Amino acid sequence: MLNPDLVGRTFVGATSTTISSDSIAAFARALGEPETHLAPPTFAITISLEQSQSILVESGLDWSRVVHGDQRFLINKQLTAGMEIFCNSTIESARVVAGNEIVTVRSDLLNGGEVAVSSWSTLVFRA
Amino acid sequence: MSTFVVGAALPEKRYIINRAALVSYANASGDQNPIHQNEEFAKSVGLENVIAHGMYTMGLVGQYVSAMAGSSSKVREFSARFTKPVVVPAGVDVELIVSATVVEVTDEIAKLELTAICNEVKVLGMAKAVILL
Repeated sequence: MLNPDLVGRTFVGATSTTISSDSIAAFARALGEPETHLAPPTFAITISLEQSQSILVESGLDWSRVVHGDQRFLINKQLTAGMEIFCNSTIESARVVAGNEIVTVRSDLLNGGEVAVSSWSTLVFRA
Repeated sequence: MSTFVVGAALPEKRYIINRAALVSYANASGDQNPIHQNEEFAKSVGLENVIAHGMYTMGLVGQYVSAMAGSSSKVREFSARFTKPVVVPAGVDVELIVSATVVEVTDEIAKLELTAICNEVKVLGMAKAVILL
C-alpha cells in the first residue's frame, strides 16, 4: 500500500524532455491524425505516465497490476516540436476500494516555467 | 468544422482497431505493456484476449474531437473514464464508433459529451471535451 504521507507530495522532474517532431508525427500517425506536426490532445501522456510510473514503483506499487481508471487533460498551450518540458507530478489522492488501490496523479508539463498541459491519471492497482 | 448548437448531435466517425494499430500505438507512445500485444501473456493475466491501450481508444476519440473542432490546436480539455476494455483478437478489425452531443456553447467554447462504442458496448464513460470556437 502507498505510504499515506506521499499524498499531496509533488515530485519535481529533475530532467527535461525536448519534444521532437518525429515523436509528435509518430503519435499523430498512430491515431490517424492528419496534422502530424501538432501534438494530439493526448500526447502529454507519453511524458506524464513514465514519470508517474517511476514514482509509484519507487513507492512500492506493483506496475504489473495497474489498470488505467480515468484520464483528464487540461491544455493551456499545445505541445509542439522543440519545446523543452519539465514534468512535476503530484500524488493527489490514494484510497483502497475492495482491496484495489486507487491513486490519482496530476502531472504538470511545464514549458518556460508555465504549465502547458496538466494531466490527471487515475490508476487502479488490482489486489 | 461544424456549427455548434446546444443539443446538436455531431456526425459519427468510425475508427478501425487491429493488432497492427496497437503495435504502432505502443511504439509511438512508449507503452509496451504486453497485454496490448501478446495474446498468451494477456490470457495468463486473466484477460479474454489482447486489449487495446485505454489511451489508444481515448486518443482516437481525441482525433474525433480534433476533427470536429477543425484542428487539434482547438482542444482545451479532454477527459474520459475507461469503463470496458476493447478486446482485439488476432486478424480482426474492431470498429470503434465515436459520436458527440453539444452540451454547452459560449462565445469562446463548446462542450461536447462523447460516446465511444465497440461491439455495441460503450467503452468510455463520462467522456467530455471542451473546444475553442
